[in-house]
Amino acid sequence: MPKANGAGPNGSASDGTQVTFLEAIKQAMFEEMERDPAVILMGEDVGVYGGAFKTSEGLLERFGWERVIDTPISESAIIGAACGMSYCGLRPICEMQFIDFIVCAFNQITNFVAKGHYLWNAPAPMVIRGPSGGGVHGGPFHSANPEMYFVHTPGVKVIYPSTPYDAKGLLKAAVRDNNPVLFFEHKFLYRRIKGEVPAGDYTVPIGKAVVRREGKHLTIISYAAMMHASLEAAEALAKEGIEAEVIDLRTLLPLDEETILNSVKKTNKCLVVHEDTRTGGIAGEIAAILFEKAFHDLDGPLVRVTSLDTPVPYAPTLEEHFLPNAKKVFSAAKELARY
Amino acid sequence: MPVPPEQGMKKELKRQQYLDLYYYMRLNRAVEDMMVKLFRQNKIVGGLYSSLGQEAISVGTAYALEKKDWLAPMIRNIGALLVKGVRPRDIFMQHMAKYDSPTKGKDGTSHFGDLDDLHIVSPISMLGDLIPVMTGVAMAGRYLGQKIVTMTWIGDGGSSTGVFHEGLNFAATQKAPFVLILENNLWAYSTPVRKQVPLENLADRAKAYGIDSYIVDGNDVVAVYSVAKEAVDRARAGEGPILIEAKSFRRMGHAQHDPAEYVPKEMRAYWEARDPIALYERFLSSEKLLDAKSKKEVEEKIDSLLAAEREFAENSPMPPPELAETGVYCTGDDCHKIRAKWERPIAEVTPPRSSVKAVWTVPGFGSGKASDGANAPIHFGDTHASQHRVGNDTKSANGGKPAAKMAAKAAPKKTVKTAGASRKARR
Ligand SMILES: Cc1ncc(C[n+]2csc(CCOP(=O)(O)OP(=O)(O)O)c2C)c(N)n1
Ligand SMILES: [Mg+2]
Repeated sequence: MPKANGAGPNGSASDGTQVTFLEAIKQAMFEEMERDPAVILMGEDVGVYGGAFKTSEGLLERFGWERVIDTPISESAIIGAACGMSYCGLRPICEMQFIDFIVCAFNQITNFVAKGHYLWNAPAPMVIRGPSGGGVHGGPFHSANPEMYFVHTPGVKVIYPSTPYDAKGLLKAAVRDNNPVLFFEHKFLYRRIKGEVPAGDYTVPIGKAVVRREGKHLTIISYAAMMHASLEAAEALAKEGIEAEVIDLRTLLPLDEETILNSVKKTNKCLVVHEDTRTGGIAGEIAAILFEKAFHDLDGPLVRVTSLDTPVPYAPTLEEHFLPNAKKVFSAAKELARY
Repeated sequence: MPVPPEQGMKKELKRQQYLDLYYYMRLNRAVEDMMVKLFRQNKIVGGLYSSLGQEAISVGTAYALEKKDWLAPMIRNIGALLVKGVRPRDIFMQHMAKYDSPTKGKDGTSHFGDLDDLHIVSPISMLGDLIPVMTGVAMAGRYLGQKIVTMTWIGDGGSSTGVFHEGLNFAATQKAPFVLILENNLWAYSTPVRKQVPLENLADRAKAYGIDSYIVDGNDVVAVYSVAKEAVDRARAGEGPILIEAKSFRRMGHAQHDPAEYVPKEMRAYWEARDPIALYERFLSSEKLLDAKSKKEVEEKIDSLLAAEREFAENSPMPPPELAETGVYCTGDDCHKIRAKWERPIAEVTPPRSSVKAVWTVPGFGSGKASDGANAPIHFGDTHASQHRVGNDTKSANGGKPAAKMAAKAAPKKTVKTAGASRKARR
């Protein structure tokens, strides 16, 4: 697993320090709470304990009981209350202890939070964040990638970053956004990935993908942990003379069509890699966009490298078979390059 | 069948308050009567719900709120909206899906709100969802120092949703200044209350959350108001949340389409004889607060108001089709400036004043602090080496005392708090 590809949005170096993905998230929350007293944090075990993954360690100490709230195990109540707070001008951050539990609040998010602005002009500035994704043997209920349930929900924004720089900058942008934002933190990256973050305040724009690696033979589109598998595969492909362009989506809703189309119009081939299961994954949506808007530019089929259409299995042998990886991306890309 | 006993209304309000309650109950009924006419003329786009016979609940409870307080109505709370200051035309236009309606035709019925002025949160159809939301508004109001109370309503049927329990439990753990009105009208669509909830008194739900509750005759507007006022005052003083069960009866079907033949005739007749407006008129005239002349004045005032409101509503156009494409997202400061209205010093919630020791203190056992990040069990099955720090400062939450001993010590304290009838039943 390679390190994150540079710190800045385009891999540019900055004068900051190397921090873990987890530390970047903690910094973002800390700095936003410091900046704006309307920002509060709510969730299970986020206060005294500092969060199951320690992403909120030290926040209670600094900001106190009114702003860092340990809640009962009631996801609907957490999201519902955050929505009510947002109506009063607060900007709550809700932690789902594992993102798998977000579906317990599915109704609150998709019916209450997401529809309010459209129906009665009520903005709900709030962030729902939590650890997601597999590869750590968490089994079927602690490894979920539920992003597409919400990408199908007009009214929310969905972010899924892959580097510490983006995690921090996008989380800050999410807190400042006037809309409800879902922020997925791939737990495989929490402590494995380090990267530079600048010393001062910065945000990363929501809804903008980034080209992580330039190339001319084909485009690999990915996000989150699979971003790193894709970059690793691209390095291996380069050794065989195939130059892959790698795009990190970063935001899934709204999707940055422009960056996708610009790249595919150049390379004429597209491979989508996601850890989400295959059917109904973002690859299908990207395929539709390419058919609609770049049909004549395509020199090959759209290829998908994804997880299997099954729950996430527990045993390491099974999970490894279930998940995509750099090797699977490499062989699929090699196949596609032959067209 | 649980029926509240007949009771004499008490004279304890100011004259104007009695008359306000009367006016709003009559207005509530007149608005709904007019909508039934509009429905029969096919001018109402969707369904139409009725609060016939339950007006005393909506009006009496909402009347206990101050202007700065927040409410969120359910389908049978038109009366609460009117008390809070919503114009009848807005209610008509919502039902008629008109462009000038509060939601510009994007939603119907009482599904609209007003964050800035009237402090109304729009409901959604999913029953129970407002309970955590209004808990959150209450928490935010307290955080901002606004001293507000929030209120919403739920039916006997809606009290069986999961989110009712999550919401009320959360409100209770937070001591949120929130009042929940449980309108027990004995039916949830076609299902009688005993098939919804195995309790004689739904107010008993409150016991599960260690909060106070009241039972009130929902057809006695003075009793409803008095109980609601006490609950609102107590919630404002920090004694919330509070649950009020108002016992009444749904006189119409679930909505206009439903003839409700499943309701026994005798049951309907019983409750028709206890019409809340008729009961109140008898009381008012016996107390010399209302005579034929002043009653006629109220009727004329309402008639002319509603005629004008209806005309305005009928003249409003349907929304232009392209409107459907707009407004999914807030596009930033030009769209909405989101500002918290602070009514306490911000310094109280910002460092250094906000900073605390992050420990749980267990009464009688001292404090325990969290393990630090190095010990976090982050990676399942991962070989990530977590070092266990050994030191004097690592204490477990119960101060090292055996669990059994702790339970024995903690138990009596807990029972003291929850034992005894904390529920006040008003009959
Ligand atoms: C979660 C949910 N499930 C189902 C419905 C459909 N529904 C709307 S009203 C209703 C009956 C509600 O009964 P009750 O809560 O007693 O309120 P009432 O109609 O008597 O005022 C049902 C089943 C709904 N709105 N929400
Ligand atoms: Mg009912």
